[in-house]
Amino acid sequence: MTTVRIPAQLRTLTAGAGELSIDGSTVGEVLVALDGAHAGFAERLFDESGGLRRFVNVFVDEEDVRFLDGLATPLTPGQTISIVPAVAGG
Amino acid sequence: MDFVSGLRCRECGRGYPAEALHVCDFCFGPLEVTYDYEKIASVVTRERIEAGPRSIWRYADLLPVNDAAPVDLGAGFTPLVRADRLASELGLGELWIKDDTANPTGSFKDRVVSVALTKARQLGFKVAACASTGNLANSVAAHAARAGMDSIVLIPHDLERAKVTMTAVYGGTLVAVEGSYDDVNRLCAELTSEQPDWAFVNVNVRTYYAEGSKTLAFEVAEQLGWQAPDHVVVPIGSGSQLTKVAKGFRELWQVGLLDEEPSVRVSGAQAEGCSPVATAFAEGTDAIRPVKPNTIAKSLAIGNPADGWYALDAIRSSGGSCASVTDDEVLDGIRLLARTEGIFAETAGGVTIATLAKLAAQGVIRSDERVVAMVTGHGLKTAEALTGVVGPTATIAPTLESFGNALGDQLTTMQSQRSS
Repeated sequence: MTTVRIPAQLRTLTAGAGELSIDGSTVGEVLVALDGAHAGFAERLFDESGGLRRFVNVFVDEEDVRFLDGLATPLTPGQTISIVPAVAGG
Repeated sequence: MDFVSGLRCRECGRGYPAEALHVCDFCFGPLEVTYDYEKIASVVTRERIEAGPRSIWRYADLLPVNDAAPVDLGAGFTPLVRADRLASELGLGELWIKDDTANPTGSFKDRVVSVALTKARQLGFKVAACASTGNLANSVAAHAARAGMDSIVLIPHDLERAKVTMTAVYGGTLVAVEGSYDDVNRLCAELTSEQPDWAFVNVNVRTYYAEGSKTLAFEVAEQLGWQAPDHVVVPIGSGSQLTKVAKGFRELWQVGLLDEEPSVRVSGAQAEGCSPVATAFAEGTDAIRPVKPNTIAKSLAIGNPADGWYALDAIRSSGGSCASVTDDEVLDGIRLLARTEGIFAETAGGVTIATLAKLAAQGVIRSDERVVAMVTGHGLKTAEALTGVVGPTATIAPTLESFGNALGDQLTTMQSQRSS
């Protein structure tokens, strides 16, 4: 199981839950499974081509998946995925 | 009263009320303040502004919050300095330095923080927080103290000592995070979800905060006699300042404060060790790839710039350019500005001046243009970057003989230069 941290903006989809446990062997699989469990995630996270939207950042244990293998980044049990709005800082 | 009509997503156009919101719930796009420009145009005049305080608050009609007693240390209305000696070294014509080192805590961040905390206080927040590369930390801690708010400031652990001291002295909570600025930023973005009662100036209040940078453009135009310049050079960290400077000139025209429609080329300056926007510009793509920063210009060391796309768009659509400079060039830029104009800038100012020099040498910035370079932070904040680079001309015994031995040749040269 992977722990997925949900930002406040998306907690309307999870009945207010800030953290969920989801199965999947890659980041992409977990995010798709997340949408299966709580409809609405996919259209918010993915663009038309199926990639992450421009303003969505996803981290695996504090590392931006853009520095890893993106949605194909493999997961080991016990890791944490954070979904974080990109627009912050500066 | 203010003239805000609401917030709108820059990406998908969804509307939101003017609350502590910074991203669209649907697509995570940034929210932008929308104004009733017709109403502003019906009240704002040059005279009304000129009769206002000598601070950013003279432009309150064009800011997202208006308050009879703002959270204010006197940010803004900094000198616009004609820089003829620097211009002649660079082969330029009319060059001006916007000297934002003169702000209360020594950087342009006082502009955005004064706006952000005034709005935050109106929204009922009691705690001011931020993720910072240093300058913002200084400013949030100082303005929170001024307003009697608690502050919680998060910074990367390896900041310049002066920036740490200049934050800690105000007595708020200061947390050094073992990681880069981008790590700190991610942590703060996550904390915002858990601590909705804190006003993170550059996260949940960012929509208002960012608007404060427009005052750089407002002041430049007013100080040039209500005229826009031809070309501005702006440093890029998150890209927010550059985007808002471009917006500021447009707004002045929109509300009738300029006689001629401005056509300002906006050029961006980055350090080579953190140049995601300059790289995308050079490659002609829209894709800004995040980087792991490695530069002495720590205040610009944002590897994943939130407004990078918009900065790139503002640069391209204005006919500007974007370049990056090495750390050695940054140090040269700091010394060049100090030597020619008597202004001591922090490393980010060195980035701006070095980029100005580079673009002038390439002919991108032309000698027939009226150019303004934004120097946005004071050199004392990053003085350690110059350790071993500048120092005493000589160290001597307190005797005339020792003085003569050490400096005799130099004095002769100076004398002959003066009389020639």
